[in-house]
Amino acid sequence: MQSLKNFLYTIADDNLILGHRNSEWTGLGPMLEEDIAFSSMAQDKVGLAYQLYQLLHTDMGEGHPDKVAFARTETEFKCCQLVEYPIGEYDFSLVRHFLFDHAMYELFSMLTTSAYPALAQLAVKVRGELKYHVLHADTWMKKLGNGSEESKARMQSALNYAYPLALGIFEPLEGEQELVQYGYFEGMAVLQERWLASIMPVLETAGLKLPVNAEATFGGRKGYHTEYLAPLLKEMTEVFAIDPEAEW
Amino acid sequence: MISEAQILLALQEVKDPEIPVISVVDLGIITKIEVGEENSAKVTMTPTFVGCPAIKHMQHEVQLAVEALGFDTVEVVVDYTIPWNSNMVSERGLQQLKDFRLSPPKRHCGTISMADLEHAQCPNCFGTETTLLSPFGPTLCRAMFKCNTCGEGFEQFKAV
Repeated sequence: MQSLKNFLYTIADDNLILGHRNSEWTGLGPMLEEDIAFSSMAQDKVGLAYQLYQLLHTDMGEGHPDKVAFARTETEFKCCQLVEYPIGEYDFSLVRHFLFDHAMYELFSMLTTSAYPALAQLAVKVRGELKYHVLHADTWMKKLGNGSEESKARMQSALNYAYPLALGIFEPLEGEQELVQYGYFEGMAVLQERWLASIMPVLETAGLKLPVNAEATFGGRKGYHTEYLAPLLKEMTEVFAIDPEAEW
Repeated sequence: MISEAQILLALQEVKDPEIPVISVVDLGIITKIEVGEENSAKVTMTPTFVGCPAIKHMQHEVQLAVEALGFDTVEVVVDYTIPWNSNMVSERGLQQLKDFRLSPPKRHCGTISMADLEHAQCPNCFGTETTLLSPFGPTLCRAMFKCNTCGEGFEQFKAV
């Protein structure tokens, strides 16, 4: 089923690309615990992407996970543009992590009742792990939102910048109606509503405000990407490209 | 004929490489054992965390341990049919974690609340006044805490 394939690619690509970005903090985190946190989240996200590519491979006849992750062209990726942006300053990375992982937590909570059993089983597992990602993000949003004048200003400005990009997570999918009809997924509009309900109380405690009249950055789901994706893919696939048939 | 109980016993010798005191059985990641026709066996296992880097290693170790019992064909499958959660760690497993100076995961009824994630018992002085330093630690399954009573830092085996 094309719409289900497309949906799985969408979530997998989001997690693979942000997983790769998170891994760029390895060795560079502002303190040891944070270095470890972003590295661990990178591992979780790449692991999740692998499992989704594996479902595509075994259940739907798509290529092997390694091939799918490393041998597709830029326009074949379905990730939203939010995940492509460079890690930037820590404020941006934290805010992106907060906005993205709340969306993932709500998404996988939803998917625990998906009519696609293998996805529902995986979702039960992933939801439990994502709680820790959300807990980490919330802690820092509150800490820095209520920290010094500078930390508050930086978090607010990162939020203003990242929010329209985060709305791009919810770009309508091709064949979404069909997914809803078959009970695979409740749809992006419902997801966005739950996401908002989930981030608002944290933002309030953190003393941060959502920008008004933000316009969603769409395009990623249809293969339109920022200038940042191509160099990322080049770096990520560098070793694979040397010998695509190598056994690991 | 080799029994399922014998397989279970053999798997007690296969330890988690990241916490070498606990077996794959007590960790709760062995979800099914089947002894089939023609001297064959099939073991199903599931990772603690989706991105667990040790699962392939453990899968291989399980394969070797079961083969050593004398089966002609052994199949070890990793799947999510029964997704792992920390309630699947056995009572003995919890004790082994404690002996390893890891705070064991709290038992829960299906889902664990956000507030519960922030609390753990100190494995050194057993104090319960603790502070979560980071929900991430040296391996995916551990979080880092500080005990407010004895002042020592410690790790918790995450409750999920």
